[in-house]
Amino acid sequence: MLNIIWPAFIAISFIYALISGNIENASNGIFESCESAVELTITFFGTICLWNGIIAICKETSLMSKLSKLLKPVINFLFPELKRNNQAKEEISMNIIANLLGLGNAATPLGLKAMETMQKENPKKDTLSNSMAMFIVLNTASLQLIPTNVIAIRSSLGSSAPSNIILQVWVASIIAAVVGITATKIFMKKF
Amino acid sequence: MSIINYLSASAIPIVILIILYYGIKEKKKVFDIFLEGAKDGLKIVIDLFPTLIGIFLAVGALRNSGILDFIIEIISPVTDLLKIPSQILPLAMLRPISGSASMGVAVDIMQTYGVDTTIGMITSVIMGSTETTIYTIAIYSSFVKIKKTRFVLAAALLADLAGMIMATCLF
Repeated sequence: MLNIIWPAFIAISFIYALISGNIENASNGIFESCESAVELTITFFGTICLWNGIIAICKETSLMSKLSKLLKPVINFLFPELKRNNQAKEEISMNIIANLLGLGNAATPLGLKAMETMQKENPKKDTLSNSMAMFIVLNTASLQLIPTNVIAIRSSLGSSAPSNIILQVWVASIIAAVVGITATKIFMKKF
Repeated sequence: MSIINYLSASAIPIVILIILYYGIKEKKKVFDIFLEGAKDGLKIVIDLFPTLIGIFLAVGALRNSGILDFIIEIISPVTDLLKIPSQILPLAMLRPISGSASMGVAVDIMQTYGVDTTIGMITSVIMGSTETTIYTIAIYSSFVKIKKTRFVLAAALLADLAGMIMATCLF
């Protein structure tokens, strides 16, 4: 999709600049963009490498499986159709925990495994089952305990309090998740 | 408000403490593991760099040519109605489509309007509380060869919209 949007943005901008007489500004901006991409990448090396290191330690411990036990009641509420499928439930809760801890790279492979397990029980192989639909919507809701990437960016950009957005992120993502879950529960009966 | 700030500020040290506690308790070589993980981080940043250049070029062009101001002016009646600052619209539009592209846009917005301003804070909360919805749906569905995703896109985009409106209401 970006193969269409990206050139469109550039073409529209430069044509508009040519017509409106703003072309000098637009031309100077080209090289400024490169410079700020380089500057930002250098600061990213610090913050993103740091978090990846911390998160790697977390992955090696039993913290993840401990937390996933706490999720059982939630999983049973969200996935009533998976009654006896313990393997699917376990994979789903590991995926949710990985998401909560901000382990995006670990969450996706776990999530794909859960999809595979649910697909085995799916009567219509080319259509999402209710459980699969709920699972995907949950994964698009980005529930995270610590939005590490955003905090990393904020401190790279010189914020005076980079982590001051955590509570607001929690509220916004919980609201988003509740809306997504409710919509899914309603839609799955009708479509 | 100071309690909120205190909680926000303690969250990261506490999480690091808990992770280190488990690492030491389970006798892991925590520093070696940290180094390995940090090394993987290098690859993530290097992979991100070309995208950042591309996106900064496109978004910078939108801004410097003056067309962004022009578009913002046209759609501001609608965004005013939803109480969404029009400056964050490019982000709202790209967020569901591409993670690295929306990251580039978010950075651009925060650099232009300030990280700690209302717009900067809203941008941060949107980035933290939404996902690359369309990409996620595509990956998970295509992996098990599913073609009919039913209502999932609608439900997920509805959730994104709720998250974005909530993010703007919080400031």
